[in-house]
Amino acid sequence: MDDLLREFITETNESLDVVDVELVKFEQEPNNATILDNIFRLVHTIKGTCGFLGLPRLEGIAHAAETLMGKFRDGAPVTQEAVSLILISIDQIKDILGELEAAEGEEPEGDDSELIGNLEEMSAKADVAMAGGGAEEAEAPQEEPEAAEAEAEEDDGQTLERPLRPGEVSLDELERAFQETEIEVEIADEAVAEVEEAAEEAEEPVSAPAAAKAEAKPEPKKAAAAKKAGGDGGEKKAAGGGVSNQSIRVAVDTLEHLMTMVSELVLTRNQLLEIVRRHEDSEFKVPLQRLSNVTAELQEGVMATRMQPIGNAWQKLPRIVRDLSQELEKPIDLEMIGADTELDRQVLEMIKDPLTHMVRNSADHGLERPEERRAAGKPEKGIITLAAYHEGGHIIIEVRDDGKGIDVEKVKAKVLERGLATEAEFEKMTDSQIHKFIFAAGFSTAAEVTSVSGRGVGMDVVRNNIELIGGTVDLRSTTGKGSSFIIKIPLTLAIVSTLIVEAGGDRFAIPQLSVVELVRVQKNSEHRIERIKDTPVLRLRNKLLPLVHLSQLLGIYEGEDADQAIDADNGFIVVMQVGSQTFGVVVDGVFHTEEIVVKPMSTMLRNLNMFSGNTILGDGSVIMIIDPNGIAGAMASHASSSVAESEEDEREDVQRKAMSGQDSISLLLFRAGAPEPKAVPLSLVTRLEEFEVSKIERSNGRDLVQYRGALMPLVYVNDGDCHKSEGTQPMLVFSDAGRSMGLVVDEIVDIVEDRMNIEVGSERPGVLGSAVVKDKATEIIDLGYYLPQAFEDWFMRKEMDIEALTKKVLFVDDSAFFRNMLTPVLKAAGYDVTTCTGPQQAFELLENGDKFHAVVSDIEMPEINGFEFCESLRRDPRFRNTPILALSSLVTPASIERGRQAGFDDYVAKFDRPGLIAALKDVFSNELGAAA
Amino acid sequence: MSVLEHNLNAEADANSASDMIQYVTVVIGGQLFGLPISQVHDVFVPESVTRVPMSAPEVQGVLNLRGRIVTAINMRRRLHLPPLEDEQMMAVGIEYKQESYGLVIDTVGEVLTLTAASAETNPSNLDRRWAEISGGVHRLDGQLMVILDVDRLLGSLFTEPMAAA
Repeated sequence: MDDLLREFITETNESLDVVDVELVKFEQEPNNATILDNIFRLVHTIKGTCGFLGLPRLEGIAHAAETLMGKFRDGAPVTQEAVSLILISIDQIKDILGELEAAEGEEPEGDDSELIGNLEEMSAKADVAMAGGGAEEAEAPQEEPEAAEAEAEEDDGQTLERPLRPGEVSLDELERAFQETEIEVEIADEAVAEVEEAAEEAEEPVSAPAAAKAEAKPEPKKAAAAKKAGGDGGEKKAAGGGVSNQSIRVAVDTLEHLMTMVSELVLTRNQLLEIVRRHEDSEFKVPLQRLSNVTAELQEGVMATRMQPIGNAWQKLPRIVRDLSQELEKPIDLEMIGADTELDRQVLEMIKDPLTHMVRNSADHGLERPEERRAAGKPEKGIITLAAYHEGGHIIIEVRDDGKGIDVEKVKAKVLERGLATEAEFEKMTDSQIHKFIFAAGFSTAAEVTSVSGRGVGMDVVRNNIELIGGTVDLRSTTGKGSSFIIKIPLTLAIVSTLIVEAGGDRFAIPQLSVVELVRVQKNSEHRIERIKDTPVLRLRNKLLPLVHLSQLLGIYEGEDADQAIDADNGFIVVMQVGSQTFGVVVDGVFHTEEIVVKPMSTMLRNLNMFSGNTILGDGSVIMIIDPNGIAGAMASHASSSVAESEEDEREDVQRKAMSGQDSISLLLFRAGAPEPKAVPLSLVTRLEEFEVSKIERSNGRDLVQYRGALMPLVYVNDGDCHKSEGTQPMLVFSDAGRSMGLVVDEIVDIVEDRMNIEVGSERPGVLGSAVVKDKATEIIDLGYYLPQAFEDWFMRKEMDIEALTKKVLFVDDSAFFRNMLTPVLKAAGYDVTTCTGPQQAFELLENGDKFHAVVSDIEMPEINGFEFCESLRRDPRFRNTPILALSSLVTPASIERGRQAGFDDYVAKFDRPGLIAALKDVFSNELGAAA
Repeated sequence: MSVLEHNLNAEADANSASDMIQYVTVVIGGQLFGLPISQVHDVFVPESVTRVPMSAPEVQGVLNLRGRIVTAINMRRRLHLPPLEDEQMMAVGIEYKQESYGLVIDTVGEVLTLTAASAETNPSNLDRRWAEISGGVHRLDGQLMVILDVDRLLGSLFTEPMAAA
């Protein structure tokens, strides 16, 4: 594209933005001649340039708009209609400009004759209106056809080589206009004067002397005005000329490049300073200090070139608010405070859209309708305030309205509807916490979707955009008084002030923006790290702060036990705030703060959301810059994963205890079908659930509930039991390999730690026997009986081997529970199982000549443990080749190795039922292979 | 920071014949590899490498090379070889998609000029992990030189995390 054209587009766009703002102002103060002059001048310039560059469409529209504005200048009353029309024209010009830019200088095809027609019509009306007040009422409308006639006549006479373009004027007409101008203006003035006159001296008839008087009167006035205008113009021109001489247009790229170079310079200076710091009494010290100062000034200077007043981002807002005001039929006033507050160009660009969106939101959702406002005793005209100010290296932008505030109930309802939170959770929340939900994705409280806002992509996008540039957005709202959004953003993105910390032996930079404070924890200081179970927290000014060690978050903790990462007696806590989330990040050391230049990470590392970039420190090493948002996200997931982990640990603990048989295990006590308590090892229960009775469905002769996207069959403890008829139905959910079964119970009584000694065996299916639990005789449920009721093939899904039917397996376990638990499993897989309570009994059986194809043995047994049992079997040549499987709760590499040494063929975890079947199948197939 | 700062590009330009390719040879775990000289920017000793937590295992870290931040890729880890102990590693600086990377290798050898035609395709039984980054094999006197395909090497690193995400 032509340089000239590019320049023109940039300039025109700027001018149009100004025109937008000025026009809105003008509409409110139609008598302000300065504003009108300003607009007129800008549009005129655009028109002129368009003509010069050969852009007929643009020129046509600009011309017609100018004509209309000319009428205003001549005193025609300013109507909203007319201003709207001019604004539409401006928009059209903008559109054409946009296309022009996209098409590399080709003016797009299109027809603007309708718009131009409207503009001309409006001009004509303005003429009418202008004349309307005065005596020459009839004259103006007549003028138009006359002019047209004249034009037509003169057109004939003119030797024009092409037809006139829309909005174009013939040369003759132009000449005529020149000649007439003087007169026309006078007439207009006269008219105005006469109107005034008429108003003042209403009683007096409009007589010749009066007219003469009037004619005489405005003369000096006009002269004075003209003089004044001329003087003003002159001054302005002079001032303008001065400014244009003192400022030059510089391409943004040039500035960006300069900024990069300065950034490099800052880095190098930091490096030099670091070197000098190590060498005391260096002669470089003084010149380096000087260099340092100069660099700092240069940095500031270059930064200043990138700084722009925030008003630039606000320029479009008055126009938007005006349009909204009309569209929504709400009178709205837009107040702008601190428009000259400066911030980095890059940041400015990034907040433009979020700001626009927020203002739209305020106008649409925030402000009430005029009648509501009146009812609430507020002035009909709503006020939206934009305020910007600096606050310690940040810029604060506030978008405030004096509307009805955020309706907590509405938000709640919406949140519930979207399933973002539950009623119970709400009860614990403050109003301000509930307000924050409007930033959640896909949230919109507008009852119906309007063209203005309410598409539900609003506030979360706003928040994302702001967080993208390291800013935060907060919200305050008072019902009936209005709401305000407070955006806090860094002044610049290029240079970030960071805190250098150490964790896990590496250094990291944390942006200061998100650091609230630093807390030093020491043994006897007032701040102590306390633990709720294993979760470390810090008591800080009556609030509990969740803590996590940075090295844990980053997965670089090298110690044995992650819980020990936080040393309760010594450490630094960086208190961080990201959005509404406040938390403490524990680090091993805090060094200093450093202004760093953020360098983007290589593409390969960009998927790491924990880091926002990297940079070179003063000592020349590279440091990773922590992304506070990533940390906040990880913080949340860390908490839940540690819960899951501890749950897992607990489960393992329970299992370990359960396996050792003699130790106490956790039992879940419940009642079902009968008043006497029943128990099942808690470790076997996947979850406890309650379902609404209405959720229980009946299909194919059995009861089912929809559970986690699948149908879960319900099983009753006794045949013929049925579920409750109303309310909620508690049940125990057992899951295995993706299948779940719900055991319907009447009531969950308790969870107890007790030994499970089955003292009285049972013949009844489904009951292993009775044991004393909590001093009461309790039936221990045999899950092995119920599981196949839900899915008949529960234990048989591993393909059954016909061969296996002939295989005899000896199962040695001292724990009755596991004998009862696993025997059905093995039987279901088709093996002929013989059980023994211990190695002694097994030896006896084997000595008696009973033949077994395989032995499955527990490891943890009293008297003789599994390893010893296996070793002694292996010493006997008869059993040298018999497959022996170890079954243990403790599956560690060491124990597996120990098992291998003892002579076990395989080592299976006790709860790994499919694993056991697979291992058996495996050893038999090996045996077959070896035999063949 | 670097003891061996060659700008090898100049040489490359001087000798670029149409079917002759110049390779910078490097040794990784005893195996000779060759990198097309046009892709090699410099050779340096990787010092004070900053670890990048949570990155791919073959990413050794990031380091400062004359004001540029270079991502160091440990070729031994990439090729699933045991780490080199007690010996100074070397690195070959390359540019890929306008970004700087350093391939950390054992030692740098010499510059060889070979004809493109004498390259053979990967033997079909080559370890899959090696075949992924190998652009063919040259038979030299007494040893074989595997052509290191930089685009495939780095390309696979780019796409892997994506697929996981």
